[in-house]
Amino acid sequence: MITLQTPAPVPTASLAQRAAAIEAALERRGLNPAEHIEAQARLIDEQWLPENGARVVARAWTDAAFRQRLLTKGRDAVAEFGIQMPKHHRHLVALENTSLVHNVICCTLCSCTAFTVIGLPPDWYKDLEYRARVVRQSRTVLKEMGLELAPDVEIRVWDTTADTRYMVLPTRPAGTEGWSEAKLASLVTRDGMIGVAAI
Amino acid sequence: MDGLHDLGGKQGFGPVRYTPNAAAFHAPWEQRVNALYGLAVKLGIFNMDEYRHAIERMAPRHYLAASYYERTLTSLATLCVEKGVVTLAELEQLAQGSFPLALPGAAGRSNQASRERFLPGDRVTVRTDLVAGHVRMPAYIRGKHGVVVSESPAYPFPDAHAHGVEAVDEPTYDVRFEALDLWPDAAEPAGVYVAVFQSYLSRRSDQAR
Repeated sequence: MITLQTPAPVPTASLAQRAAAIEAALERRGLNPAEHIEAQARLIDEQWLPENGARVVARAWTDAAFRQRLLTKGRDAVAEFGIQMPKHHRHLVALENTSLVHNVICCTLCSCTAFTVIGLPPDWYKDLEYRARVVRQSRTVLKEMGLELAPDVEIRVWDTTADTRYMVLPTRPAGTEGWSEAKLASLVTRDGMIGVAAI
Repeated sequence: MDGLHDLGGKQGFGPVRYTPNAAAFHAPWEQRVNALYGLAVKLGIFNMDEYRHAIERMAPRHYLAASYYERTLTSLATLCVEKGVVTLAELEQLAQGSFPLALPGAAGRSNQASRERFLPGDRVTVRTDLVAGHVRMPAYIRGKHGVVVSESPAYPFPDAHAHGVEAVDEPTYDVRFEALDLWPDAAEPAGVYVAVFQSYLSRRSDQAR
């Protein structure tokens, strides 16, 4: 007898189950996934921090020669702080904000960022909304995110579509004359180096 | 490929779900899969272009509904299966449920035969190539005119590198486009800078040199 019934579909495993499954499979192959996960967690907590970029920005605000090195050879300039970039990030371009130019970075195709310098990208950076809209409606998107720019400020949006990485060099806030580098660095946030928040 | 991942300029989206200093991870498994794909790249199981392309090959319905790290997880699992490191049956047995993977893709391609070296200030046009495999040219610049602002060091050519096709590394150019040229009368004024591989560019034809 022919039956027309198809077997009931197997429910999709939860994300945590799927993640555990691939980890277990790699463990069976002797690839030591847990060790690598722990090592990466330490890098995230201790090394891939926005404080890296903040130190770079503070130095650029106080040292004109360093600022020039950062703007011309970004990767070498951040290496002066011991900040490593992955092998495939072959170039770091610092984007200088001025009173008339505001830069903002994105990755419309995925999520690329200079994560060892400015920290891992936040959730909203990888969301569909930011990726779709920031290239086309930059002023409105920034305003919605709390950054209202004067009408005469030119907006420059940088789409990270290759392996060049970008960071925004914000303008130094007024009233910080004479501040130490450390105190200046404490003002600088990851969102400021993405270009969606004022410093 | 003209996939749903290619979001730049798509309309109909609501406000960015922004919170200041937002977290990168929201569950422990997210950091684990993020580390695991890094491990797989480090071990040479796959490269970054294969990784990105496997995300792009997710079924559109799946891609749009998935969180960022579900996309990471799906790419990692898909490539581990395709490379013969694990089988889907093993993954589903371990996960105790079905494990959706990305769909098979199209073939890759090598560099353009005729490529030019550009200098800052050169006016360029993005080629109108329609590429079925992996490509890092967002559709919103296809056929558009821009001005070169700088050159970056040579990188593996993604259209080839994602598919195991032979190719030479080539430079990328940061090219400035005007939002109002990309979307005439339908964008807010801005300079839109895109990192464009040399193979995607030609010299603007009305420019003698």
